[in-house]
Amino acid sequence: MDQDLKIELSKHGIFTTTLEELYNWGRKNSVWPLTFGLACCAIEMIASTMARYDLARFGAEVFRPSPRQADLIIVSGTVTKKMAPQVVRLYNQMPEPKYVIAMGACAISGGPFRSGYNVLKGIDRYIPVDVHIPGCPPRPEALIHAFMTLQAKIDAQELTGESRPRHLHADLPSEFPIPDFGEHGLEPPQNDEVFHNPLKVLEG
Amino acid sequence: MTLEELKSEIQAAIAGCSVEILPNGSPSGQRSLLVGREHAGRIAEFLRDDPRLQFDFCSNMTGVDWPDQEKTEKIKAKKIVDGVEREVEETRKTSIPGCLEAVYHLYSIQRKDGPLVLRMRTADRRDNVKLPSLTPIWRSAEFQEREAFDLYGIVFEGHPDLRRILMWDGFVDHPMRKDYVPPPDDDLEAIAAGTAGA
Repeated sequence: MDQDLKIELSKHGIFTTTLEELYNWGRKNSVWPLTFGLACCAIEMIASTMARYDLARFGAEVFRPSPRQADLIIVSGTVTKKMAPQVVRLYNQMPEPKYVIAMGACAISGGPFRSGYNVLKGIDRYIPVDVHIPGCPPRPEALIHAFMTLQAKIDAQELTGESRPRHLHADLPSEFPIPDFGEHGLEPPQNDEVFHNPLKVLEG
Repeated sequence: MTLEELKSEIQAAIAGCSVEILPNGSPSGQRSLLVGREHAGRIAEFLRDDPRLQFDFCSNMTGVDWPDQEKTEKIKAKKIVDGVEREVEETRKTSIPGCLEAVYHLYSIQRKDGPLVLRMRTADRRDNVKLPSLTPIWRSAEFQEREAFDLYGIVFEGHPDLRRILMWDGFVDHPMRKDYVPPPDDDLEAIAAGTAGA
């Protein structure tokens, strides 16, 4: 529908919308995160839900205790190699549509612990991340900004056509391989289906 | 009791044991006792049970990796050069074999004394990495000996439950050793940027 006509109609008290708008409006305002924290970023995540920052204003007040009821996993903290399979498993157990926020330097790259033998250098090696936020740890405002970025992303999703989101593609996966504990590290070291491999980018 | 007195006490109590006082060049100057691994169990028992010592608490146990070292010394030697005796400087290289070390910090709660720093060394860093476990004497060393086993590869004989504690069971490396190299595909971003290993 023409945007001008829509505005004109609303001046006369007639509200028009599309199914897509209504569906995305409902989805973006009821994103329920998983109760899941890894390190100090989790403390900031908890602070964002409390009265001072009040994430409930954005429809995310209910942190679900089960991945089966969650729409969003906030990877808040250092992902160790020993923890990575569990993070991927939790993500796999969430129903579609599901989203990932990688919160803080550690979750996006390993952060100050990057050169550690035990640290995964970014959770985007195994699961698709929707929003990355830098910071060590990011302030609650930054997490709220990430949340609003995710809302804008959900709002812009088209429900039909080739660019429709993953959960509306019957043949796209909603589960991703869980890495195994190898002799020297995780096997495989990354999932090239989701990871933006810098070596392959260099090769072109 | 000074460390020298303690050393002679131990040597009087346990015949034929090797005890050595290690100096410490740091500002703290905290010296330690290096004990031979053959008698370490009996020495530890003596330190705990002797009524004048009563080291009843092991507050900390950790590992140290000493890689193989090469020391170069300059020595002045007299040599006959062209029929004339002259003083010539020679460089002599000596290789010091590495070892793995276990360090225990002991306190006496009874006597309000401590810490006493006790050390043991393995024969080398590759095949002979066994040390006697002191967990039967100080139970508090149990998890930390497991950690030293996990990260340094020191095998503690007599430990009640010697398994890896931080890394998973199938892991084969010892990441706290100086020569540990993480798997090459660990840091793809560094490889792409050409800063791998930097």
